[in-house]
Order: sequence, then C-alpha cells, then structure tokens
Amino acid sequence: MTDKQPGLIESATFSRDVINEIQRAADTGIYDIRGFGAKRKVPHFDDLLFLGASMSRYPLEGYREKCGTDVTLGTRFAKNPIKLDTVVTIAGMSFGALSANAKEALGRGANLAGTSTTTGDGGMTPEERKTSKTLVYQYLPSRYGMNPDDLRKADAIEVVLGQGAKPGGGGMLLGQKISDRVAHMRNLPKGIDQRSACRHPDWTGPDDLAIKIQELREITDWNVPIYIKIGATRTYYDVKLAVKAGADVIVLDGMQGGTAATQDVFIEHVGIPTMAALPQAVRALQEMGMHRKVQLIVSGGIRSGADVAKCMALGADAVAIGTAALVALGCNHPKWDEEYQKIGSAAGYYDDYHEGKCPAGISTQDEELASRLDPEDAGRRLANYLHVLTLEAQTLARACGKSHLHNLEPEDLVALNVEAAAMAGVPLAGTDWIPGKQGYS
Amino acid sequence: MEFDLKKQTVRELNQALHDLPKDSTESVVVNGMSGDHNVCVGMDQPVDITLNGHAGYYCAGMNKSANITVLGNVGQGVAENMMSGKVHVKGNASQSAAATAHGGLLVVDGDAAARCGISMKGVNIVVKGSVGHMSAFMGQSGCMVVCGDAGEALGDSLYEAHLYVKGKVASLGADCIEKEMRPEHIEELQALLDEAGCEDKPEEFTRYGSARQLYTFKVDNASAY
Repeated sequence: MTDKQPGLIESATFSRDVINEIQRAADTGIYDIRGFGAKRKVPHFDDLLFLGASMSRYPLEGYREKCGTDVTLGTRFAKNPIKLDTVVTIAGMSFGALSANAKEALGRGANLAGTSTTTGDGGMTPEERKTSKTLVYQYLPSRYGMNPDDLRKADAIEVVLGQGAKPGGGGMLLGQKISDRVAHMRNLPKGIDQRSACRHPDWTGPDDLAIKIQELREITDWNVPIYIKIGATRTYYDVKLAVKAGADVIVLDGMQGGTAATQDVFIEHVGIPTMAALPQAVRALQEMGMHRKVQLIVSGGIRSGADVAKCMALGADAVAIGTAALVALGCNHPKWDEEYQKIGSAAGYYDDYHEGKCPAGISTQDEELASRLDPEDAGRRLANYLHVLTLEAQTLARACGKSHLHNLEPEDLVALNVEAAAMAGVPLAGTDWIPGKQGYS
Repeated sequence: MEFDLKKQTVRELNQALHDLPKDSTESVVVNGMSGDHNVCVGMDQPVDITLNGHAGYYCAGMNKSANITVLGNVGQGVAENMMSGKVHVKGNASQSAAATAHGGLLVVDGDAAARCGISMKGVNIVVKGSVGHMSAFMGQSGCMVVCGDAGEALGDSLYEAHLYVKGKVASLGADCIEKEMRPEHIEELQALLDEAGCEDKPEEFTRYGSARQLYTFKVDNASAY
C-alpha cells in the first residue's frame, strides 16, 4: 500500500477498506464471513467513569475491608441455584468452533476462579463436563448433539434465542471445521458448510416458550436454573417476555459479543451496544418487580474489571466473557504473528475463526494446531485473567464505598459524552443532566 | 401403575415416572387427560405407558426407551428430540412432531401438521395420514414415511434423511429431489411399514432425498439460499 502523500485524499465514504470489500465481493460472489464481534466503534463502557468516594461517601480500605464478589444465579424456581465466587462467567462457545483443548482450558480456568462455563452449538463433550465444575448447557435452535442425558448432567440450562453478534441469525460452521468428531456429534456429513437454524423448531413466541421451559423443568425435575439468552435488540420487551415465559436468569448479549462465524454485514449492522441494552433490561425487570429476583448476566465486549464494575453499577448481577476469554487463552497472541501473516492476517487482527487455521490452536479442529494449546497452562492463564477482572472490579467498588460488587449503583457513574449519558441513563460528567430525563427531552 | 390427571398434577406424574428404576418394565396407564402439556417427558426406562385421552405440547418429549401410546390427539412437538423407544399416536399430531429426534419410532395414525420431522436426526417417523408444509425441513438422518400426502416444501434444505411418500407432494423444498427406489430402500420401507402396522406396499411409495447441491456454498446457487 502506498504511503499517504500530501494531496492524496482518501474518501470517507469509499475508504480503502470499503474499496477492498467491494473488490473482494466482486472477486468471490459471496459475503464476507468471519469470527470475532463488531469491530466498528460504538458507545461503550469506556464512555463512563466512576465517582469515587470522598467527603460525601466513605471509601472502603483496599485489601482490608471486604468487598464481596459472589453471586447466586437461578433463585426464582430452581431447587439448586448456581453459586459462583465471582460475577464473571464464561459465555457459551461450541466444541466445533473451538478445539477440544480450548474447551477444556475454559473449564479449567473457570474452575480455578470459581465460576461457570457454558457449552455451545454442537453439544456437551465429555472433556468439558469432566473439567468444568459448573457447566451451563446451551439449548439451541439446531439441537445439534442435544440429548436428555447431557441435559440432566447440566448445572443450568441456557435456552438460546439469539446472540449479540447476530440477533436473528443462526450459527455457521464451515466445511473446513467439520471434522469426523464434529460431524458425528452433529449427525451431519463431514466437510459440509453447516448452517444452524435461527429459530427453534418446536416453539414460536413467548407463550410456546413458557411451555418449552416447563418441559425442560419437568425433564430435570425442577432442579436446575433455566436461563434465556437474547441478543440485544428490543431488549426492554424481550426481557419482559422472557420473565413472563418463566426464566430464572436472563443472559443479555450486546452487539460487541463475539461469534465463531457469521456474515460481516450481520456482525456490524444488527443489534445494539451492550451499554445501551443493559439499562433497558434493568428497567424492564424493575417494572415487573423482578430485578435481583430474575438475575441478569450481561455480555458483549467485557474486557476489564472496569467493564465488570460498570455492568454491576448499571444493575447486572453477573457478566459473561467470550472473546476476552479466548484472548486470555492465547488468541491473537503476538508470538504467533509470523503464522498469522502466512494466512493473510496479523496478531491483533485475526478474525477468520471459521477457516479453522488458528495458529494458537483455539478456533480449529486441526489436530496439529490444536495440540499447541496446553489446556492446563491455558486454563491457568484464563484463571489469572478472571482473578484480575475480579480484583479490578473490587478496587473500583471499594473506591465507591461498596462492600459488594452488587452494591454499585447508577449513582456511582457519570458519562463522558451525551450519547453515553443517554444510553446508560447517567448524568453527563460535571452536570446533573441525563438526556431524556428531568424535563430536558 | 395408574394415574388420574384430574386428581394428580403433571409434576407428580412425571416425578413418579422418573423415580422408577432404570430397568423398570412397569405398565402405566394415565387417565383424566385433557390436553395437558409435557406429559411423560424425559422418560429413561423401558416402561409401557398408555395415555387415555388427548395430550398437549411436547408429549413424550426427549423420550428414551419408553413405549408410549396416546389414545387421542397430541399438540405441538410430540416426541421432540426422542432418543429411542416408541411413541404411537392413535389420533392426529400438531406441528413439529418428532422435531430434532435422534432415534426411536414415532407412529401417527392420523395426520401430522406442519414441520413434521423438522431437523430430524435419526428418528423414524410413520404417518398413516398426511403431513403439513415444510415437513422434514433440514432433516439430517432417519426416515419419514407418509402414507397420505405431503404439504408444500417437503424436505427443504434436506441433508441425509430418507423420505417416502405414497400420495401427492404439493411441492418439494430447496435441494429436495425425487430419487430412485432401490432394493435397500424397499427393504427399509417395508420394515418400517411392518413395525407401524401398515398394510401399504413399498412399491406404491416414491422416495425423496437431498440433491446435495447446497452442502457447500456456491454462488451459482445464491437464489436458493
């Protein structure tokens, strides 16, 4: 690429990236499919700040005064709610999209940190059940690998209606990753491009879903919590309907949430940012008198303890991480840069999870590549990262004078810009102005 | 064992059934049925159950091993995700019968509505009447036998399920085509007809299957996606 010369002006509308995509489309005749989440810049938790304690609020002493991080999920109907040491959980990711070693590493990391991990499209592998102390079993439209024995082995069931990267779309697993084992688990011919259904095959709408949830409860004798996972779109209404349908827990995934393979146009243009969706969900729960009774797990672009604490302050009970967990395992690590370059990418940019060529051995079914990931070592890295997220969130909570992460509240936050103030429903920093409220709308 | 759903709840029924020993071959009769949902879901024993009346949604859902007979009609998703065993509906079935089921046999003496056998993953289905539109949609494996007619878009986006229809097919879905009936198919169909208690002759049926043109993306097929 030519270095920019004075006088050469790149079009904002037809940037080099846009030109590249038009020409790629003309060359191939197929939309761009990739993994990862939205890459465009959207209003996010970086646009919020905490108001630490000073005169009007007392801070807690760091390291000395306790700041709780535990959470109990599924207290509404389940006999055996999930009890976790940290509010940071691991989001659903499939064996198929990920190697068996990567799934095992997620389980090991979650165990060490005292949290849960989640299956994905394709079913539960014996490895992940064995290595995950607390395992959430996803119930997806495709029902690949779905069977009642695994359902009864699960610690919770997550009925997936959608995901933030592609609300309204089903999963994809392209032929390169349909190995013998994946094909067998999904009962599909080897090597085909597998497109998962986007709708459940045996129910439509919230009234049907209520009966479906009862079926799952009946099969599991009302023992385990039932989560409902939604992609962030019409969040206020979806959350109300999910509560009505009988959810114990709602999992809300914003548009920054990751995927293993979806059309780029879908990832970048469907759904709303996590920060915009979360207050809508909380408002819906509060209006129904169900906030903290039906727990809310938020995901989509959670990277740091600051993101965790901000979710807590806006009313979430827990968060889930997917992309960040893979990065902690080693995805996009600079040590693989040379290999990323060989497949037309670079460390920090790699998103072609669907191709199954992941140099880090994570999003692949190639045995040689997968063997590069040591599940114990990667699990330790994930546990370290989970501990850092928790410690960072505690640091911020103590600074706000809170003895538990759940005691953080919207009043602890201000926004750096008008967009974030309007979406999060907190004042613009240095003012008492919340757009749309207090008569300024 | 006898249950009466006029006096007992579905929860009590299901819990009592789940509590039976794994190898139980108990005979169970359930009376007082009035379209109750989720009856006999999650069975995991080779028991013999007779439901005396109409059932609602997800009757015999995720069945394993049990032999369940319904003396009436069933609602949406009968025998959904069944793994093994047999479910015999003496009346009609609503939509999504045997959805995503991995094994076992579903027999419907009457008609089955739309999306019968949707995403079927190894189950065998015999419908003595007709099936509605989009039946066997994305069917992965197993057999669907229809002694009557099939509605529109039969076998849309079909994978490797075998479809046998005796009557008319309103239309075939994307990638579903008529296929030659070879001796192994006659044999497979005859066995299923026998098991379901049908007198129909395999030679009267037409076989449909996947053209396998949509298995990998080709731009020339864009209009079919």
